[in-house]
Amino acid sequence: MLDRTADNVARATPEPLARRIRGISDKGLAWLFISPTILLLLAINIFPLFWAIYLSFTNYRANRPNEAVKNLGLANYRRILGDQDIWIAMQTTAHFVFWTILLQTVIGFTLAWLIDRKFRGHAFWTTIILVPMMLSPAVVGNFWRFLYEPQIGLFAYVVAFFTGIAPTHVQMLSNVELAPWAIIIVDTWMWTPYVMLICLAGLRSIPEYIYEAAEVDRASNWRQFWSITLPMALPFIMLAVLFRGIENFKMFDMVNLLTGGGPGSTTEVASITLKRQAFESWRTGYSSAFAIILFVAVFGLANIYVKALNKVKQR
Amino acid sequence: MSLTTAHSVVAPSANSKRIAGAIVVGYALISIVPLLWIFATSFKTPPDSIAYPPKIVFQPSLEGYCNLFTTRTRQTPEYINALGPATGLCDATVRKRNMVIAGPSNFLPRFVNSLIIAFGSTFCAVFLGTLSAYGFSRFKVPLADDLLFFILSTRFMPPIAVAIPIYLMYRELGLSDTALGMILLYTAVNVSLAVWLLKGFIDEIPREYEEAAMIDGYTRLQAFWRTVLPQATTGIAATAIFCLIFAWNEYAFAALLTSGTAQTAPPFIPTIIGEGGQDWPAVAAGTTIFLVPILVFTILLRKQLLRGITFGAVRK
Amino acid sequence: MKSTWKLALGLASAITASTAVSNAAHAEDLTLCWAAWDPANALVELSKDFTKQTGIGMKFEFVPWTNYADRFLNELNSHGKLCDLIIGDSQWIGGAAENGHYVKLNDFFDKEKISMDDFVPATVVGYSEWPKNTPNYWALPAMGDVVGWTYRKDWFSRPELQKEFKEKYGWELGPPKTYDQLLQIAEFFQKRQIDGKTVYGASIYTERGSEGITMGVTNVLYDFGFDYQNPNKAYDMQGFVNSPEAAKGLEFYKKLYDCCTPPGSSNVYMGESADAFKSGQVALHMNFAFTWPGLYKDEKVGGDKIGFFTNPAGPKGHFAQLGGQGISVVSYSDKQEAALKYIKWFANKDVQAKWWSLGGYSCLNAVVNDPKFPASQPYASTFLESMAIVKDFWAEPSYATLLQAMQKRVHDYVVADKGTAQEALDSLVKDWTQVFQDDGKM
Repeated sequence: MLDRTADNVARATPEPLARRIRGISDKGLAWLFISPTILLLLAINIFPLFWAIYLSFTNYRANRPNEAVKNLGLANYRRILGDQDIWIAMQTTAHFVFWTILLQTVIGFTLAWLIDRKFRGHAFWTTIILVPMMLSPAVVGNFWRFLYEPQIGLFAYVVAFFTGIAPTHVQMLSNVELAPWAIIIVDTWMWTPYVMLICLAGLRSIPEYIYEAAEVDRASNWRQFWSITLPMALPFIMLAVLFRGIENFKMFDMVNLLTGGGPGSTTEVASITLKRQAFESWRTGYSSAFAIILFVAVFGLANIYVKALNKVKQR
Repeated sequence: MSLTTAHSVVAPSANSKRIAGAIVVGYALISIVPLLWIFATSFKTPPDSIAYPPKIVFQPSLEGYCNLFTTRTRQTPEYINALGPATGLCDATVRKRNMVIAGPSNFLPRFVNSLIIAFGSTFCAVFLGTLSAYGFSRFKVPLADDLLFFILSTRFMPPIAVAIPIYLMYRELGLSDTALGMILLYTAVNVSLAVWLLKGFIDEIPREYEEAAMIDGYTRLQAFWRTVLPQATTGIAATAIFCLIFAWNEYAFAALLTSGTAQTAPPFIPTIIGEGGQDWPAVAAGTTIFLVPILVFTILLRKQLLRGITFGAVRK
Repeated sequence: MKSTWKLALGLASAITASTAVSNAAHAEDLTLCWAAWDPANALVELSKDFTKQTGIGMKFEFVPWTNYADRFLNELNSHGKLCDLIIGDSQWIGGAAENGHYVKLNDFFDKEKISMDDFVPATVVGYSEWPKNTPNYWALPAMGDVVGWTYRKDWFSRPELQKEFKEKYGWELGPPKTYDQLLQIAEFFQKRQIDGKTVYGASIYTERGSEGITMGVTNVLYDFGFDYQNPNKAYDMQGFVNSPEAAKGLEFYKKLYDCCTPPGSSNVYMGESADAFKSGQVALHMNFAFTWPGLYKDEKVGGDKIGFFTNPAGPKGHFAQLGGQGISVVSYSDKQEAALKYIKWFANKDVQAKWWSLGGYSCLNAVVNDPKFPASQPYASTFLESMAIVKDFWAEPSYATLLQAMQKRVHDYVVADKGTAQEALDSLVKDWTQVFQDDGKM
């Protein structure tokens, strides 16, 4: 049926062209197949990236297209690296990335390890656990604002129910101490399943015979866990950490809708600062420089990390 | 402690299974509560939704859904009494709040935008991705590794950073706030995922099939069409759903590059407000409608999920 | 596989068809962009007359205040065609004029004999002119607005509360005239049990994301002696923005926030503030005047339970933050002629009178100077008094950057407890200086 379609295509095209399509060399076909993707990426990713690099050396502002553009050299970069507020935003991001990864890895791995017991109904419950990570962080993050409301929100009520603190005092989004944790909780809720799923694959990749051998050697369960389970699942855990790290370094949607960076600037992660500079203050050149710095940072850190990951894998 | 009963040769003991099951089920139940709460809130009346303590048992109402699809204006009771009988359930519902329906809301057009942009970009990404994946899988492409890594690296960029030059480019090209612009952008973002995933799927299809077909006199293109595509159907379908989910859920680009004509649901839903603050039942109703397709896909996809979320790095 | 292709083709053609249809159906409609709030609903009602008269359909794009500037400035800067008419915020006028987002209306006004002398002077300067105080008009004043206060008249008139208050503070409980009085009243009501419910003192603006806390705090700052610049030397801010008096004003705002607001009030703007009042949580409520018609009509707290007063006077003056907007024609629109028709219709005296009766605040002298105006609504006189003492934020082309800086510095101090008031204002001077240096104005 399918070859008929292909034949039809060929028959419908003028003869010389059809011969060319039929007789196209493998090399030609390879490029024919690959080039549209490359062209698209060049147009939508690479060209804009170079444009952004160019802009980062200027004082260009997107809301003043008529103004003369001045070349500033490295001034934008110098200003960003010397700007205390930018460093605070980077610290906020680091705090967020560190705690979300730590919590998600610990909870995710534990869950995977428990699910690996293959109790009755584990497939069903695994699917249930997976649901939050498939949802739109923006739409769900927005709803968490409601769950976090003091007094009327479910979260405050549950905390109050278990701790006896007055629900009006559970001000997750307005308290300076609590707000950074509010975003960590939501991110952990959403993405723990992600880490869990990857860890589960890791645990299942461990061949049974290794445990059999350990059993023969009368290694305790505790020892088996530390010397077999964990090391063999480690590449998978590290992979999960890599993906989550990159994603959370870029975090924008959920935090933007949940706290908008507030109260004050306590949850203003790098992407929110970037958005404010680029699309509210319209400092296009300046924010392009910041974007490039962020990009280089993610790319550099990810590369170092991948090297480490490969080393672990080889072991 | 259950830790000490880790992997053993025999299946885990019944006891350890039971404890593990209890913990996992407990976690699953807790993690699903916010979603159930969204669902429940969508059927509350506005006063019920902000009641304290939060109402778990309540009289269900469709007011949230009515408010989601309409805009309303407040009128005096005299004015409302002078009107004829209510023309429908929603009309009757809002009149109880001394309001009349002024017209449809923007939710439906935004939802349609979401459908057009998500499906359009998914189709393009999977189409391009399949071709490239086949190219990378079957032919010696010079610098293949570099190209593949380059394709993937486009995902490292923070979306806001990408949006700055795209914003300028689209402004010059007249693509701001158009469905075409958003489809192109989402295609570009998704194609990296599609190439990586599909390359994995196509790598798994033995070359022998194509070779046999070519010996039978088919050209390479026909062989691709006849043998590879049918066998890659599952992979293509799974990839399509992953692309669809990304495009469906995306917020940052949509919020920055669209303002109305082509705006999708994610930046719209958080801006649904009633009189004064956010109209939570309507927001919950919009969220519910928006989440249902994804829930269905998650269940359909659960076997392929792992592969999708790791760019094919983990295949089991 | 074949069916997949068919499906895809069908989908593609359906998409093309549906976009084509939706474009064709509304080719002649005008789209008006504004904020999603009560007056916008009134404008929808009002505009039905325009459609009846001209046959031109109206579509509306309303965005909540917290996204309003963000969304529409983005739209204007991207040269989008979404809006034909826009009711843009007063502070946008500089940027919109200099970057050509709005159509200049002078010729149109001359042709149609619309005179700006017919409008309240403060609104013409605030909503239409750029550069300020020159006859260059970019908008028609559409919606007058100013920050003021409402209070719970029913609670204020309870004899037992009046007595207790008098004993405690030594003066009759009533609408405050000074900030000390305001604070005393707020303290008095904070966490008081009224009819079995815990109530709080005041609800004030604290929103971080757009312009909320700035629109709140400036009321107090102006009255304590804050000024944007040296009146004799433009952009000279040192000692005016961060004078010790201004710092005292900022300290006062924090004191009010810390002592007397309902729990979780860290991100309050118009909607949330009005909600706090409507739900019977607060005794005093700061908000733009647009909320008053709605609140007055409210079943629970409206009618004789609500009173209105202008922003109190401070040690160094008596001002109120200007809000409100003018209506402009977007220069990227393809339907400018129809859009101008709308403005011509809107400037009509009868339409303006109906606008006021529907809940909009007309800026037309003929409406507000009508002898019957102060008595036409219980809040009308408070509105007029407030409009007489208005002051606005920077309307410079860089207004958004200036606003961002102020939002950050003030919110960091008032809500997030960072540093002192003086430090916050010192940093603000630094931020603003940087902005004006970047603009080449200093």
